[in-house]
Amino acid sequence: MAQAAIELIGINKSFGAVRANRDINLEVARGTIHGIVGENGAGKSTLMSILYGFYQADSGEIRVGGKPVSINTSNDAIALGIGMVHQHFMLVDNFTVLENVILGAENDALLKSSIAKARSELDRLEREYGLEVDPDAVIEELPVGLQQRVEILKALYRGAEILILDEPTGVLTPAEADHLFRILKQLKDQGKTIVLITHKLREIMAITDTVSVMRQGTMVATRVTKETTVGELAELMVGRRVLLRVEKGQSEAGAIRLSVKNLTVKDSRGVTMVDNVSFDVRGGEIVGIAGVAGNGQSELLEAISGIRHAVSGEVMLEGKPIDLTGKADPGELRDRGLAHVPEDRHHVGLVLAFEENENSILGYHDDERYLKGPFLDIDAIMADAKDKIEKYDIRPGNPRLKTANFSGGNQQKIVLAREMEQDPGVLIVGQPTRGVDVGAIEFIHKRLIAMRDQGKAVLVVSVELDEIRSLSDRILVMFAGRVVGERGPDATEGELGLLMAGVEHQEAAE
Amino acid sequence: MSTPYAKLPAWADYGLIPLINLSVAFIVAGFVVMLVGENPFRAAVILVEGAFGKGTGIAFTLFYATTFIFTGLSVAVAAHCSLFNIGTEGQAYIGGLGIALVCLSLDSVLPWWVIFPIAIVAAAVFGAAWGFIPAYLQAKRGSHIVITTIMFNFIAASVMVYLLVGPLKPAGSQAPQTRNFLAGAELPKLNWIIELFGAKIRSAPLNICFLLALVMAFLVWLLIWRTRLGYEMRTYGHSPKAARYAGISETRIIITAMMISGALAGMMALNPVMGDQHNVAIDFVSGAGYVGIAVALMGRLHPVGIVLAAILFGMLYQGGAELAFEMPAISRDMIVIIQGLVILFAGALEHMFRPYIQALFASVSPKSVGMQAVNGKGA
Ligand SMILES: Nc1ncnc2c1ncn2[C@@H]1O[C@H](COP(=O)(O)OP(=O)(O)OP(=O)(O)O)[C@@H](O)[C@H]1O
Ligand SMILES: [Mg+2]
Repeated sequence: MAQAAIELIGINKSFGAVRANRDINLEVARGTIHGIVGENGAGKSTLMSILYGFYQADSGEIRVGGKPVSINTSNDAIALGIGMVHQHFMLVDNFTVLENVILGAENDALLKSSIAKARSELDRLEREYGLEVDPDAVIEELPVGLQQRVEILKALYRGAEILILDEPTGVLTPAEADHLFRILKQLKDQGKTIVLITHKLREIMAITDTVSVMRQGTMVATRVTKETTVGELAELMVGRRVLLRVEKGQSEAGAIRLSVKNLTVKDSRGVTMVDNVSFDVRGGEIVGIAGVAGNGQSELLEAISGIRHAVSGEVMLEGKPIDLTGKADPGELRDRGLAHVPEDRHHVGLVLAFEENENSILGYHDDERYLKGPFLDIDAIMADAKDKIEKYDIRPGNPRLKTANFSGGNQQKIVLAREMEQDPGVLIVGQPTRGVDVGAIEFIHKRLIAMRDQGKAVLVVSVELDEIRSLSDRILVMFAGRVVGERGPDATEGELGLLMAGVEHQEAAE
Repeated sequence: MSTPYAKLPAWADYGLIPLINLSVAFIVAGFVVMLVGENPFRAAVILVEGAFGKGTGIAFTLFYATTFIFTGLSVAVAAHCSLFNIGTEGQAYIGGLGIALVCLSLDSVLPWWVIFPIAIVAAAVFGAAWGFIPAYLQAKRGSHIVITTIMFNFIAASVMVYLLVGPLKPAGSQAPQTRNFLAGAELPKLNWIIELFGAKIRSAPLNICFLLALVMAFLVWLLIWRTRLGYEMRTYGHSPKAARYAGISETRIIITAMMISGALAGMMALNPVMGDQHNVAIDFVSGAGYVGIAVALMGRLHPVGIVLAAILFGMLYQGGAELAFEMPAISRDMIVIIQGLVILFAGALEHMFRPYIQALFASVSPKSVGMQAVNGKGA
């Protein structure tokens, strides 16, 4: 084997009673792409945070380039040539690309020479690795894919030889993900070492050289990617066979429960995001909305759930109209049987600073089940939270734990449990399985299908074509704010892809 | 999700760090005392003895603390809803107006125990009303609450000056204040409690408002962590988007939180007005509202912390007064400097030493860090 870039030996890390990492050994060869997969909460992010100096291991040894090192802060890691791209970007939104890149690496007060140097260095990096971004663009105006590129540039600018990416494709469109992988391959060809955490086994197969599987804090296997299969990896992760595509019976569509007519929504700048959209969702069916992120799906969900005002149109919930001028507050719609799993669980669906049990009533906190007069009925809330933790296998199963300390997938389960357990008539879900492991995807898909089979109307928005295809009874494709086509569940990926790219739409317009 | 620094155990978070901040404040203050040519150790002894050495000192310390508990709670309630209420000063001032109206019209006919509850309500209502206007402007028009509450402090001051040199001033009096209240509007003193412990008390203003303040601290705890309203306020405070999603009306929650905050501020006036001065005089709040900001920050917005921080500031007020008296080189202004240092280190620079302490903890016992993260309360 080639020389190891990183060796982790006997790493242990506990958070109170939770043993996030136990006796982890990992060796990554220089100039390779190494994947790490594992269930939500398996300890992947923790392990990488230890390598990057965010956490200190309770015990164990880290070697970089063969030499034992101690990494106490991220600065130590950076000095050792380790760079990390976080799942949630750490960029200053109102700074330019250039300013973000030199942030923390500036070396004179007036910035003049730093900026000049950074500009030429950025230029070189961009050319070398195909990482094009406009250095003077302001971060908040860039799409996520480009923001991520800035994160990579930041790491490279600091001289990273080893690049860690934690779920980099969770927020990317398929095209953006493809581009990212081309960049990663190029980096590898230049001799960089890459560690990639992802839940998408397809990505592992496509790009990694070797792959390690974690389960419940331990490293259960390492494989050469060419010699393994998606099925084997999934099984290693979960410890049992996983259905990658959940079985479902024929849908028995009933009466219309949610009906959207000529809905038009503008964003805060007045740009039309949803343009005259109409569709129905019947009881007993799952309608999937496919589309590249940013084509109006988010705004559509927000308008239906009462978070955002609509400009015009009509939405009927269980046969009765919803006030779209913003008066219909989400609480009232909840009472009328509409449950909503928002796309952005971190800022909308959850309050990360709350304890788990507090989040398990968010939006239903005025339900008398959880109240004794004006007071919260803590006992009832806790019992209810424990119940959901058990049913949805939320880990760790501690309702007093701060929500920010749950892994991404488990946070998603907290939201799903809350919304599904209210037994709503209509369920709308944005990105049901973003950042969720294969086992949990199977679980969530089964739940969604079970809701359908109980006669509920389910509307799913996802940028994952696989997910849309395996869940939906009908697929609507959104492009530039419009529904540009409707297909059955057997539509091919290519067909949907063309619709998503607006190809047919443009032809029709001509 | 990953915080740059690991969490500390609760005792370090709530005990050690404030203690270190305080010590640093006092060390720096010591240098200032040295600069004016006095002995800092003797100054420290005078300060602490002045505040806690004798019964009278303790009573004064707790009297000041009472005032700061109210203003600290006021700031904290708004802060839990992510509203920075700088208007506690003005709300307390206007609360005093409510008390004046009640006392002046009823003190000749009713006993104190009937007037007191009425005055509490009046103080709360007047304070809440003064908090309502900036809240309404914030909720409906987006006028920033920090700016409007500051402006309202000035307006309150002007209104009170007008009233106290005009309509509320007894005819023929030279002083800009109301007439003195009769016995019906004088609150019972609490000095006997301290005397129970054997200390002697000359005259000191400690009165039953201290108990009221403790009750309010408990009620605020109940409100924030145990009621639906408190839950909604905290949700909005952490994430307005999540609050919108949860069906919490932004307008309603901002206005409610600010009115509760204003009510607590207004109640502060009970302590000096009915408990001590027995009149409403110009500028009787004298900065207690601003001290409330420091108290709330230092107490980490938690009622228990606020009570402790209020006692600390009460000590600085009382001990500081003694110090200015005993050491002529140390003027009143020097005391303000010391208070300022405490605010600077314990409030504004609260996090200055945190990274070092966290690094220390991490290297001494990595396990202890994060231990508490599991059961740490999101206070
Ligand atoms: N700061 C913390 N305090 C307490 N527990 C924590 C903390 N950080 C992580 N944990 C716990 O440690 C375990 C491992 O978490 P980690 O984030 O490493 O999982 P992960 O494999 O990255 O999961 P995901 O795929 O969902 O991102 C989880 O049970 C998590 O709840
Ligand atoms: Mg993770």
